[in-house]
Amino acid sequence: MSADLLEGRIVIVGASLAGLRAAETLREKGFTGSLTVVGDEPHPPYDRPPLSKGVLLGKVSADATGLPMRRDPDAEWRLGVPATGLDPVGKRVLLGDGSSLPFDRLLITTGTRARPWPVPEEAALDGVFTLRTSDDAARLAERLAAGPRRVLVIGAGFTGSEIASVCRERGLEVTVTERGPAPLVGALGGTLSKLASAMQRAHGVDLRCGVTVTSLRGNGRFTGADLSDGTRVDADVCIVAMGAVRNVEWLAESGLAAGPRGIACDAGCRAFTMYGIVTDDVFVAGDVSRFPHPLYEYQLLSLEHWRNAVDQAEVAAHNMVSPGPLRRPHLAVPTFWSSQFGYNIKSVGVPTFSDQVVIAQGSLEERRLVMAYGYRGRLTAAVTVNMAKSLEYYERLIETAAPFPPPLGASDRRTAAEVVLPSDVPDPSRLSHGPTVALTGYLPDRRLVLARPAG
Amino acid sequence: MTAETLLERITDYASRPDPYPLYAELREAGPVVRQTDGSYLVGTYHEIVGLLHDPRLSADPRNRTTPAAPATEETQHLPFLRLDDPEHHRLRTLAMRPFGPPHNPGRVDAMRGEITRITGELVEALRGRDHVDIVDDLAYPLPVTVICRILGVPREDEPRFREWTDLLVASADISPGEDTAARAEAGRKGRMEMGAYLLGLAEQRRGRPTGDLLSDFVNEPDPELRLTDEELAMTAILLLIAGHETTVNLITNGVLTLLRHPDQLERLRREPELLPETVEELLRYEPPVHLRERIPLADVDIAGTVVPKGTSVILALASGSRDPLRFQDPERFDPGRKDNEHFGFGSGVHLCFGAPLARIEAQAALGALLPGLGTATLLQDPPPYRRNAMLRGPRHLTVRF
Repeated sequence: MSADLLEGRIVIVGASLAGLRAAETLREKGFTGSLTVVGDEPHPPYDRPPLSKGVLLGKVSADATGLPMRRDPDAEWRLGVPATGLDPVGKRVLLGDGSSLPFDRLLITTGTRARPWPVPEEAALDGVFTLRTSDDAARLAERLAAGPRRVLVIGAGFTGSEIASVCRERGLEVTVTERGPAPLVGALGGTLSKLASAMQRAHGVDLRCGVTVTSLRGNGRFTGADLSDGTRVDADVCIVAMGAVRNVEWLAESGLAAGPRGIACDAGCRAFTMYGIVTDDVFVAGDVSRFPHPLYEYQLLSLEHWRNAVDQAEVAAHNMVSPGPLRRPHLAVPTFWSSQFGYNIKSVGVPTFSDQVVIAQGSLEERRLVMAYGYRGRLTAAVTVNMAKSLEYYERLIETAAPFPPPLGASDRRTAAEVVLPSDVPDPSRLSHGPTVALTGYLPDRRLVLARPAG
Repeated sequence: MTAETLLERITDYASRPDPYPLYAELREAGPVVRQTDGSYLVGTYHEIVGLLHDPRLSADPRNRTTPAAPATEETQHLPFLRLDDPEHHRLRTLAMRPFGPPHNPGRVDAMRGEITRITGELVEALRGRDHVDIVDDLAYPLPVTVICRILGVPREDEPRFREWTDLLVASADISPGEDTAARAEAGRKGRMEMGAYLLGLAEQRRGRPTGDLLSDFVNEPDPELRLTDEELAMTAILLLIAGHETTVNLITNGVLTLLRHPDQLERLRREPELLPETVEELLRYEPPVHLRERIPLADVDIAGTVVPKGTSVILALASGSRDPLRFQDPERFDPGRKDNEHFGFGSGVHLCFGAPLARIEAQAALGALLPGLGTATLLQDPPPYRRNAMLRGPRHLTVRF
């Protein structure tokens, strides 16, 4: 390993899961230079999956989800201060407090934030929440513990569905609105979304699909919402779960290929400029990145997955301190999980990258199954419901580009299930929320073809 | 001798003290090695992990056609260890209900104090003796006492179920080329008698629960979640046998390995907080379970070899756990090892049900022996081994303190 890469100044912008794991990895790989981690929240890195589960249930306190450190990254932590800009020529990160940080190599892990309700006055009503940060979770947990008469959840993606599940577990009345035909349809497609609908209704969720919320009502305090079908929901608490927005605005003047779908990078996590030229000193990892994946025809993937944040951060950190020939690509097969309504849902691969599905093991009736997803005769994803131990088998098949449908012979595969169905995955570009996976394809940066908006 | 007779050589009793060179030979010979009896032997990590997760690989011996299964196996009832999903899942879940998460997440952990106490008593009884048989004096009585307590079986009946256990375990062993009909018949008889005995115990608790698994099984109020008598007998036999047959080897192999590695023993005496990692490394380096059998339900391609449906595939788990393609310096006993995903408890849907209990017992036993082991000497190395090739461990381990 060349010595100069192990020295110098590295700045990481983003102090969440990817930022922390990258910082630890840099030290594990022998980086001895100065390391600064910038985070806009005042909290040290914490874990988000418990926020929509244990924290809202009141089983875990919101300030108790701190991420364990595998080793002390010996970093200077600049917490509670946002990065506001990047000077790529002068190699400085500009901070919200007016100061700036010089760097030799930069890692961007700024992630995403909750998509806010689009009408600011309505979003400001007391009782209207989003759920992304531990502060959000603390406030919402307190409100749920107070026993509202009804909770409205806007959006039945994974976050919205998990919140609805928590509400029912707490014995709260809950209405869920979903503009698509069923919960989770954006991420899992038609067949499993029918199971999701059934399990929500079986657990007493007032599920309204194919509708949108047109306005939030209230006078200072949230009292209810009007829906596009002309009905109205009276509720005391509203949770806006309409997906996430990538934190890229601070890079508007940076010249990087940073847009609403994230920051484009190569397989080695090196950021592209807006001209499609790869940088060698700016790296990207986690939710904010878009990276090419060979299993998915080198389309640029954006993943909001815990595992991807960890894997990609480790690859980025390795590459930041390794000379070219020793660099590694980030090729991990995507995985994610969710728990809701007593179901354990796990996914491997990219379910939205599919045209057909088949129930490979188990059955919908048993509420225990493996759904395999295929694209043009190749296995591209599998989702297990209460069958997590099967995931590894399908991961291997996906990695080796196995044919779809997967081989016959599983002891628990029903003959009736050997019918290949359309995967019924909506075009991710048409969803306003919920796609855990956004396949973006080639999307020229608009600043190359459009004039910059004035002001 | 060639790779085609590796299984015979591995299962040969003469190989019991050190089968590891044969495993190295097996990995050298390729990922899949056909044996003279028609079965296939697999000893490489990545292939084993793939097969343990493959839903087309059955654990049910009734699916085997090559080599032909003894007639008795076709009709017998099987414990969930040797069944496939969905039946396996249903029975395992019902057995797990009173034993572990999600319904009883604290049961095993709550035993920790009692396990430490039982261990303390057993070790206390050794005080003042200069010769100790680790097997008879600690490694066997500890797990037997614990599983009897959990299941609700009187400890004093140990001689009775020991006899049945020996018959059952012998009948389940792998011994290519031998006529196993007599052993299978003896095993069947033992299974019947042991099942009747356990059902009798369970029956005494109907309506009079005594806080153990047999009570929970027989008093389950939901008819959907109740085991039939046949299922209850098979499950109770499985839990009783699996609850001690393997742990005895884990503890004994642990003591033997530590005595063979005085530097690691010294380090562990200084830093007993390394016990959990040490037990994990023991599960990789000297595991209690060496071989498991699977049978393809369709023709299956394993690393380029098509293994026909119905053929016995023997997974050499202990070989996979020493595969240099997966573990760095695999022949070295290194309790500080990272990323130690061994096959000590298997993998996939049949991943050992009792793993948390086995870990606690092994940690307790080795922890209690640690103060004395520093000055202990092995009186016989290698020690005499038990017959079984699948469940490998010393029959005696005599140590002078």
